[in-house]
Amino acid sequence: MASAYSKEQLLTMYRKMYLLRRFEERAGQQYGLGKIAGFCHLYIGQEAVAVGANEAIRPDDYMLSAYRDHGQPLARGSDAGMVMAELFGRGTGYSKGKGGSMHIFDIEHNFYGGYGIVGGQIPLAAGMAFASRYRNEDRVTVCFFGDAAANQGAFHETLNMAAKWKLPVIYICENNRYGMGTAIARTSAVPEIHKRASAYGIRGEAVDGMDVLKMYEAVKDAAAYCRAGNGPVLLEANTYRFRGHSMADPANYRTKQEVEDERKNDPLPKLRAYIVAQKLAKDADFEAIEEAEKAVVDAAVKFADESPEPSLDELWRDTIVEPGEQDVRPRERVLGVKVTQWPSYPSGQELKVTWDLEPREQAEQADRKAGLIR
Amino acid sequence: MPELMYREALNQALAEEMERDANVFLIGEEVGRYNGAFKVSQGLLDRFGSARIIDAPISELGFAGMSAGAAMVGLRPVVEMMTWNFAILAMDQIVNNAAKLRHMSGGQLRCPIVFRGPGGAGGRLSSQHSQALEANYAHFPGLKVIAPATPADAKGLLKSAIRDENPVIMFEGERLYAVKGEVPEGEHIVPIGKADVKREGTDVTLITWSRMYYFCMEAAEALAKEGISVEVLDLRTLRPLDEEAILASVRKTNRAVICEEGWALAGIGASVVDLIQSKAFDDLDAPVARVTGLDVNMSYAANLENATQPDAPKIIAAVKKVLYREGA
Ligand SMILES: Cc1ncc(C[n+]2csc(CCOP(=O)(O)OP(=O)(O)O)c2C)c(N)n1
Repeated sequence: MASAYSKEQLLTMYRKMYLLRRFEERAGQQYGLGKIAGFCHLYIGQEAVAVGANEAIRPDDYMLSAYRDHGQPLARGSDAGMVMAELFGRGTGYSKGKGGSMHIFDIEHNFYGGYGIVGGQIPLAAGMAFASRYRNEDRVTVCFFGDAAANQGAFHETLNMAAKWKLPVIYICENNRYGMGTAIARTSAVPEIHKRASAYGIRGEAVDGMDVLKMYEAVKDAAAYCRAGNGPVLLEANTYRFRGHSMADPANYRTKQEVEDERKNDPLPKLRAYIVAQKLAKDADFEAIEEAEKAVVDAAVKFADESPEPSLDELWRDTIVEPGEQDVRPRERVLGVKVTQWPSYPSGQELKVTWDLEPREQAEQADRKAGLIR
Repeated sequence: MPELMYREALNQALAEEMERDANVFLIGEEVGRYNGAFKVSQGLLDRFGSARIIDAPISELGFAGMSAGAAMVGLRPVVEMMTWNFAILAMDQIVNNAAKLRHMSGGQLRCPIVFRGPGGAGGRLSSQHSQALEANYAHFPGLKVIAPATPADAKGLLKSAIRDENPVIMFEGERLYAVKGEVPEGEHIVPIGKADVKREGTDVTLITWSRMYYFCMEAAEALAKEGISVEVLDLRTLRPLDEEAILASVRKTNRAVICEEGWALAGIGASVVDLIQSKAFDDLDAPVARVTGLDVNMSYAANLENATQPDAPKIIAAVKKVLYREGA
């Protein structure tokens, strides 16, 4: 049977997953060398989630994540050198070295961070989706969070609002089965996170997060559903992180056997085997891809290493927008490279807000039913 | 000039800014069909519709964060907190997200948002509903904090806040909503960051904001009868502090008393004292005095509630102390 995917599509997914893997391996190594400090949460094992999701949406859709946030921007197309430079705390990083590993932002590629408070980004995503609806844009917002984040009040409060107001947001819970060292089943009354969708009357599904094609299909469906105005979707990507929670975590709360078993589900060889079975590429093709991505990551490390620290006067920038201050992309400021796309903050004159959150008649009907008005 | 109540002045500012810019929307508990818990949003739902006047569920953290997300992509939300006491639940989104988005993104993002609502003591509402929490927010870089005392300032500052490119925290006085005053019609803007000399004087500067302003004016009138000339400086903005205005007034009168409703420890007044002693020490003829809420939680009993808060007699006593008069 012929593949439903083009060769180019499949190889792009493989290339990106390989880039994420290689980038994280090098980041781990650089952490060991003391070049990267602070918390550094690697994404190794979970690559299929970010890559599958990203390939299923449009470049102008919004995306945001938690602190395990190197993979998603790379999947979006962010510059590996600028991500690495941010990890190194250099002035050429995406946040000019002010954010570090947990706060990657690349607005040009519609990647909106990078948040260190567990669950804190969940309401922001609903707000971005709200803005899309407010402006009659058919963009969706994809928001990643961990299984432990689903126990935060922010999750409940936001899903209630997103459902009530039919906001076009796809929540992807990356269930890697642990919140730091605590197995999800030990802290969650309902560890199957997707089941919680029923509490808000929204669509919820479990997906094999170790299979990039399953992720791709699920997010593609979800995006179409959101764009059609049906409201939010909660996807639970069942996945696994091969490394500890952060570089500081030896992960001895899980058995060797468990990790070995999970490694058999590694999403990279799985996709590679599929592509080979479809006769769309040979081993040599994969080797070429891998060499090229290795070179990208090597260049990224070199760029980060050779980049200067931010200048001390940066301390006094980027806290408050001063009157008349223009938005300047960091890349433009630091490297002098012009970028074309930038979020605009238009005055509202040309904007017509036409939709109703709660149509008047509907609200009155409800009141009448409740006997509040006659 | 028309006389308006403080709440009506706020209502006018909201309506004018929503008229001017379709990116502006109002969200909060009971702001729509109920017309606002304190009637600030009276009539706005009929005028602007449910897409822009949004009744939120009781989820302070949720809708504060949702609004910050909308601001990240260019909308200009005004978030009404039913009172600042409940906004404590939303502190994470206000402080960890709204205030830091620009910094964490290395200047890639802006978060033009206003969080507003009543602060300070209500009438006999006990400890969970009677707190002046300005100092909490003034502590954080990335936020601006305003607290107008008069209806005209309320209108002018809210308009500035809505047009500001940064997150602005606006404390309204829960007991001030029915206060009346002259309010200019149409485009009346009070800049953020500028204090206002509300009463000129030569003997001592009374520094204050929000509801305490009225006690300070009462004290100033009473002291005038005793021949003491009091200057009343209404800070209006608490972050950034108008250092120049504070120093200029102290250099003129050589004495200062700061009156705030909140607690003394780590209060705003403590920072004002620090500013004065570090930049105008040689101009001082007496140590700076502070009148603050007592270091206790608010009681329900009428006499205890009154005793907890600053009032004109306490301010008068502090002024006399810095003037070395009467038992000081
Ligand atoms: C509000 C808050 N509480 C605690 C922490 C400390 N912390 C950081 S990550 C983490 C575990 C979160 O796990 P999960 O949401 O499942 O994401 P994962 O790390 O598995 O991707 C904890 C407890 C935090 N950052 N924020």
